[in-house]
Amino acid sequence: MIRRSWRAAAILIPFAFLAGCGKTPEVTDTAAAGTAHIPQVYRYGNSAEPQDLDSQVVTGIPENHVLQALAAGLASPDPKDSHAIPDLAKSWDISPDGLTYTFHLRENLEWSDGSPITTDDFLLAWKRLISPKMASEYAYMIYNYVVGAEEYYNGKITDFSKVGFSAPDAHTLVVKLKSPTPFLINMIAGHYSWNPLPIKTLLKFGALDERSTPWTRLGNYVGAGPFMLKEWIPQERLVAVRNPHYWDAARVKLDEVDFIPTEDISAEERMFRAGQLDKTQEIPTSKIDTYKKDHPELLHIDPYLGIYFYRINVSRPPMGDKRIRKALALGIDRESIIKNVARGGQVPAYSMSPPDDAGYNEGARITGTLDDARKLLAEAGYPGGKGLPPIQVLYNTSANNKQIAEAIQEMWRSNLGVESELQNEEWKVYLDDQHHHNYQVERSGWVADYADPNVFLEIYESTNGNNDTTWASPEYDRVFHEAMAAPNNAVRYEKYHRLDQILVDECPVIPIYFYTRPYLMSTRVKGIWPNPLDIHPFQDIYLEN
Amino acid sequence: MIRFIVVRLLQTIPVVWIIITATFFMIRFVPGGPFTAERAVSPEILRNLEAHYGMNKPLYKQYLDYCGSVLKGDFGPSFKYPTRSVNEIIGEKLPVSIELGLISLAVALAIGLPLGVLAAVKRNTWIDYLCSSFALLGVCIPTFVMGPLLILVFAIHLGWFNASGWYTPVDRVLPSLTLGLVYAAYVARLTRGGMLEVLSQDYIRTARAKGASELRVIMKHSLRGGLTPVVSFLGPAIAGIVTGSFVIETIFQIPGIGREFVNSAFNRDYTLVLGTVVLFAGFLIVMNLVVDVVQVWLNPRLKFE
Repeated sequence: MIRRSWRAAAILIPFAFLAGCGKTPEVTDTAAAGTAHIPQVYRYGNSAEPQDLDSQVVTGIPENHVLQALAAGLASPDPKDSHAIPDLAKSWDISPDGLTYTFHLRENLEWSDGSPITTDDFLLAWKRLISPKMASEYAYMIYNYVVGAEEYYNGKITDFSKVGFSAPDAHTLVVKLKSPTPFLINMIAGHYSWNPLPIKTLLKFGALDERSTPWTRLGNYVGAGPFMLKEWIPQERLVAVRNPHYWDAARVKLDEVDFIPTEDISAEERMFRAGQLDKTQEIPTSKIDTYKKDHPELLHIDPYLGIYFYRINVSRPPMGDKRIRKALALGIDRESIIKNVARGGQVPAYSMSPPDDAGYNEGARITGTLDDARKLLAEAGYPGGKGLPPIQVLYNTSANNKQIAEAIQEMWRSNLGVESELQNEEWKVYLDDQHHHNYQVERSGWVADYADPNVFLEIYESTNGNNDTTWASPEYDRVFHEAMAAPNNAVRYEKYHRLDQILVDECPVIPIYFYTRPYLMSTRVKGIWPNPLDIHPFQDIYLEN
Repeated sequence: MIRFIVVRLLQTIPVVWIIITATFFMIRFVPGGPFTAERAVSPEILRNLEAHYGMNKPLYKQYLDYCGSVLKGDFGPSFKYPTRSVNEIIGEKLPVSIELGLISLAVALAIGLPLGVLAAVKRNTWIDYLCSSFALLGVCIPTFVMGPLLILVFAIHLGWFNASGWYTPVDRVLPSLTLGLVYAAYVARLTRGGMLEVLSQDYIRTARAKGASELRVIMKHSLRGGLTPVVSFLGPAIAGIVTGSFVIETIFQIPGIGREFVNSAFNRDYTLVLGTVVLFAGFLIVMNLVVDVVQVWLNPRLKFE
C-alpha cells in the first residue's frame, strides 16, 4: 500500500526537477561592460525572423533590414532622401545614350573575413542571379534590363560572356542595358539583388548556382557591409557587430545591432515600453492616439513609398463599365478614412503615383463630386444604385482592412446607394484568388523596392504579372514602352503623366491612401531621418548616452 | 505490461501513417503555395523554383518520396527557411517548448493540487468557495488576457522582468505563470472532484474508524485514488503543453515550436507543417499510452488488457 502511494508522488517529482532545469544563455547587458566606454548597442525590432541571408534568395523586408547591415552594393540609399550615393563603387559614368553604365570600384575593398572584393564577386554574383537553376525570385531585376540576360535565363544562350556584363580591369565594371533605364542606380542602391557575393566562400559550400547551401549560416557567412554576423539564434535574435574591413568603417558609430524578431506588434510595443527595444518596426493603430497625447517624443510617423488601394477585376460584370468604376472611386471619402480609421497620418491618394517620388509628381488626379458619381451610375443604368447587384469586396484578414472596408461599404451605401458585401480571406488564399482573378473588388497594397515612379506604373502594363485587374489598354502599353525607351527623365516623366491620366480615366484601380510608417523610437537614437524607402543606413545611427 | 506497450506502439504506426497522408494532401489542396507572394513570381521563375523543390513531379510521386524520407527519419528542408531542415528546426525549438511546458506544469500542479485537496476536504466552507472561485477564474481568463496583464504589472510597471524574450532564466517566470495558472485551475477542479468521490468511499471511513489522523487519511489513503481524473487529464495536457502554445509563445516572443507549428501553415511551409503535425501526433499517442500505464499502476482494480 505504502509503495503504491509513493508511486503517485513519483509521477510528480520529475516535474519539480525539470522545472528547475533551464539553459542560461548569456545576457546582453550594456551596462555590465564597464563605465569607460558604454558600448553602442542598438536594439532593433525587426518584425519577423529573417528567412536567410542570401541576397538572391530572400524577398522580405526584415531580410532587407539585416542585409542593410551585413551587405553592401555598388551604391546605397542616402539616409535623408533615399537617392543613390556611392558605396562600393566610388563613382559611375553613364553613356550619352543611357545604355552603358561604367562603375569604378574603390581600391582595397574587403569582405568581412579580410579577403579582397574583386570584380569576379560582382560578375559571378550576377551570373548566379540569372542562372535558372538558382531560381532566384529577383532574377527579373537583372533580366528585364540587361542585354542578353533574359536569353541567358531562358536558356537561349548559355555563354555568360554574351550577357551585357564585363570587367575591363580590376576596378571597373561595365553594364550594358537593353534600353535606357534611368532608375537603374536607384534600383541598385535600394535593392540588394545586385549586391556582390563572396564567391570564394560560396563555392566552399556548393556550386555557384546551387540554392540553399549553408554558406549563409553563422560561422560561414561573409559580407561586405558595415557590420558582420556575430550571433544568430532563430526567432530570438541576430547580432551584428562592427565590421573593421568595411571601406567606410570610420563612419560607423554603433558597436552592435541586435535584430529582434517581433512578429506580434502588441508584444513589440510592450518590449519597447519595458526598455528592451530602441526602435520598433510598427505600432498598433489603437495606441497611436495615446502616444500622441502622452509621449509625442517617442512616436514617429514617417512617409513611406507605398499605396493602399482597391483593385477591380474588370472582367467581372458590371465592372467592365468604367463609369461604375469611376463612380465607386468618387464615392469614397479618403480624408475621413484616414482621420477616423487608419489614423496613422496617411496621405489621401487621388492617383496611383505617390507625391515627390524621385522628383516625380502625379500627372492626374481623380476629381469630381458625389453628384458626378451619381450621374455616372445613372448613365451606366443604375440610378441611385438601383438594380446594381451587391459588389463583392475581398480583403486579407486584418483589423485595419476590415475597418476600412466597412467604412467604404457605408460610404458607397450612403453616397451612391450601392450595396456591397465584404469577404475576408487568409493571406495566401487571398493572394491566390488575386493572382487567379477570382474576385470582383479587392483591397491591395504596393510598396516600392526603389524610389522611382516606374514601380507604381509598370504593374498596369497588360502583360505585367502583377496587374491582376484583367484590365488592358493598348494605349497604356504603348506609352509605357515609350517611357522605357525615353532618353531622359524629363521625357520619361512626361510619358508617366499620360499613364496617370489613363489610370484616372479608366479606374481599374481605386487609390485610397499613401502609406506612412508609424513607429516608436527612443529619444537616445540619433542619425535617423524620415525617408521614402524607410531605409535607415546603420552607418549613420548612434546612441546618445 | 511489455506486451501491452508493444501492441499499443505497433497500433500507432498506421495511425501516424494516416495522419501523414491526410495532412500531406490537405495542405497541398489549400489555395496558395510556399511561393505565393504579393509580388507575383513570373511563370519561368516559378517553374525553376518548383523544379528545385521537386514540386514539378506528380503529386503521388512527391508523396511517395516524402514517405520514403520520413522512414529514414528525415522530414526534408523547410520552404520558408531555405538553409534549414525541418529536423533542425524541431531540434532547436522543441526543447524550448518542452522547458516552458514542464515549468508551467510544475506551476499548475504546485498550485492546483493543494487547492483541489483543500477544497475537497473543507467541502462547502468558505475555503472551498475561495478555491473553486480561483479555479473558475483561471479557466475563464484566457492566456491572451492574463499574459499582457502580467507583463503590464511585473515587466512594465514594476520592471522586475523582461516584457518578452527568452534570454535569461528569469524570462521563464511570466510565461510559465501565465500558462501554468490555466492548467492549475483545471487541476484544482479535477482534484477536488476526484477527492470528493474518494472521501465518501467505505475504505476511507474504515481508515478514520481505525483512528488514522486526517493528514494520513488524505495523503496515504485518498490522494492516490483522487488523482485518477487528474492523471487522465495530464496525458493529453502534457502532449499539448510541451509541443508549444502558439498564444503564449507569440505574446512572450518565445522561440518555441508552437509558433513554428502555426506559422508554417500560414507560410505553406509544407514540410514544416508535416513535421510538426507528426511530432504533435506522436506526442499525443505516446502520452495517452503513458497515461494508460500509469492508470493501471495507480488503480489496482484496472489490468493491462
